[in-house]
Amino acid sequence: MIRTAAAILRKDLAIELRTKESVPAMTLFTVVVFVLFHFGLDRDSLDGELASGVLWVTLLLAAVIGVSRLFATEREQGGLDGLLLAPVDRTALWLAKATALFLYLTVLELVAVPAFAVLMLGPDLLPALPVLIPVLLLANVGLAAIGALVSALAVETRARELIVPLLLLPLVVPLLIASASVTEPVLRGSQQAEDLGRWLGLLSLYDVVFVLIAIAVFDFLLDD
Amino acid sequence: MKTPALELNSLARRYGDRVALVDVTVRLERGQTLAVLGANGAGKTTLLRVVAGLLRPHAGQARVLGSALPEEAWAMRGRVGYLGHDPLLYRELTGRENLRYHARLHGVALERVDRQLVAVGLERRGDEPVRDLSKGMVQRLAVARATLHDPQLLLLDEPRANLDPAATDALEPLIGRSSGRARVLVTHDVEGGLAEADVALGLRGGEQAFCRPAREVDITTARGLYS
Repeated sequence: MIRTAAAILRKDLAIELRTKESVPAMTLFTVVVFVLFHFGLDRDSLDGELASGVLWVTLLLAAVIGVSRLFATEREQGGLDGLLLAPVDRTALWLAKATALFLYLTVLELVAVPAFAVLMLGPDLLPALPVLIPVLLLANVGLAAIGALVSALAVETRARELIVPLLLLPLVVPLLIASASVTEPVLRGSQQAEDLGRWLGLLSLYDVVFVLIAIAVFDFLLDD
Repeated sequence: MKTPALELNSLARRYGDRVALVDVTVRLERGQTLAVLGANGAGKTTLLRVVAGLLRPHAGQARVLGSALPEEAWAMRGRVGYLGHDPLLYRELTGRENLRYHARLHGVALERVDRQLVAVGLERRGDEPVRDLSKGMVQRLAVARATLHDPQLLLLDEPRANLDPAATDALEPLIGRSSGRARVLVTHDVEGGLAEADVALGLRGGEQAFCRPAREVDITTARGLYS
C-alpha cells in the first residue's frame, strides 16, 4: 500500500508543481483574508484570542480550497477509473491524498504565518513558534485525514463546491477549539501555553480517531 | 479446462429509475472476440463498465475471467485492460510519466514502459505532456496504457477512434485479433465488427436484441439496431 500511495503522491505533486492550482490559490486567499481583517477590524495589531481566532479560521477556510481541489484531476481526467482498475488497496489513494493535503497546508503555513505576523500580530512571533509549530503540524494531520475523506465523498456529487465546506467545517470544530485555545496565550505574548499537554493530547486523539475512521470507510466510498 | 473469459447471465443495470441494461446473457471463450453493436444510448458503455468492475450489476450474474462480480472483483483487477472514451491519462504529465504511474499501480517493471512507447510509435513524443499531443496520439498512448500489464481480457470502446490507417495497423498486435487476447469490442462499424468477432451482441435500448455467433448475424439485422 505504501508503494502505491507513494506513486499516487508523486503523481499529484508533479501535477501540482506544473498546474499550481491548489497551493498558490490557498496562499493568496489567506493573505487576502488577512488584509481584509486588517482593514475590517480597523486595528493596527491583534493579540490573544482575537489573533488566534483570525489565524485559525483563515487557515481552515484556506484548507477548504485545498480539499475541494484534492480530487479534481481524478474527476476531470478519469484518474479514479484508472486506479479502480488496478489491483491495489484503495486506501492507498486516501493515504496519498491526505499526505498531499498535509504538504499543501504546511507550505501554505510557511507563507501564511509570517504574513500574519507582519500584517496583524502585535507580539513577536518568534517566542510563539515552539508552541505554534507542533500545534500547526497536529492540526494539519487532522485536517488532511478528514479533508481527503470529505473530498472523496464529494467528488462524484454535482454540488461538490458546496458540499465540501458544509461537511468539512462542522467536523473540524473540535480541531479549531483545541488549536485556537492552545495558541491564544502564546499569541498574547506569554511564554507558556496553558494546559498545553491537555490540548495537544486532544489534537492527537482527534487525529488518531479520524485516521482510523478514514482507513475503515474509504474503500466503501469509492464503491459504485 | 479454462473458465470462459466472460459469462453474463440475465445481467441488468439501472441508473436510478432508468434501466440501462436488462436481461443480457453472453458467453465468451478465452481468445475470442465479442462485438457489441447498438445505437447511442443502447447500453454498450454501461456493459463495458460493468464487466470492468467499475459499475455493480443490479441483477443477474457476471463472471469475468472466472471471478464473480462484484464479490470477487479484486481477483480480476489487473487482468483486464480497459480502453474507454476517456484515455485515463493525466494531461499535465508526459506520456512516459503516465505509463510509469500505471506501471507502478499494476506492479509492472518500468522497462516495459519504453517497449510500450515503441509499440505504439510514440518513443519520440513520450516526454511531451499529453495535453500537447494530437487526439490520435492520445489514443495510441491510451492503448499503451490499457495493454501495459498484459491483460487477458481487453474491453475496447471504439478503440480505433481518431486513428489513421497506419496507426490502426500498428496497434493491431496490441489490441487486434492477433493479440490473442479475449476482447469485448464496442463499435459502430457493423461490418468491421462482425468480421473480426466470434460472437456478436446487439443491444437496443438496453435490451438484448440478439447474441449469437458473428457469422450467423445478418448484416441487415445488425444495421437495424441503428434505425
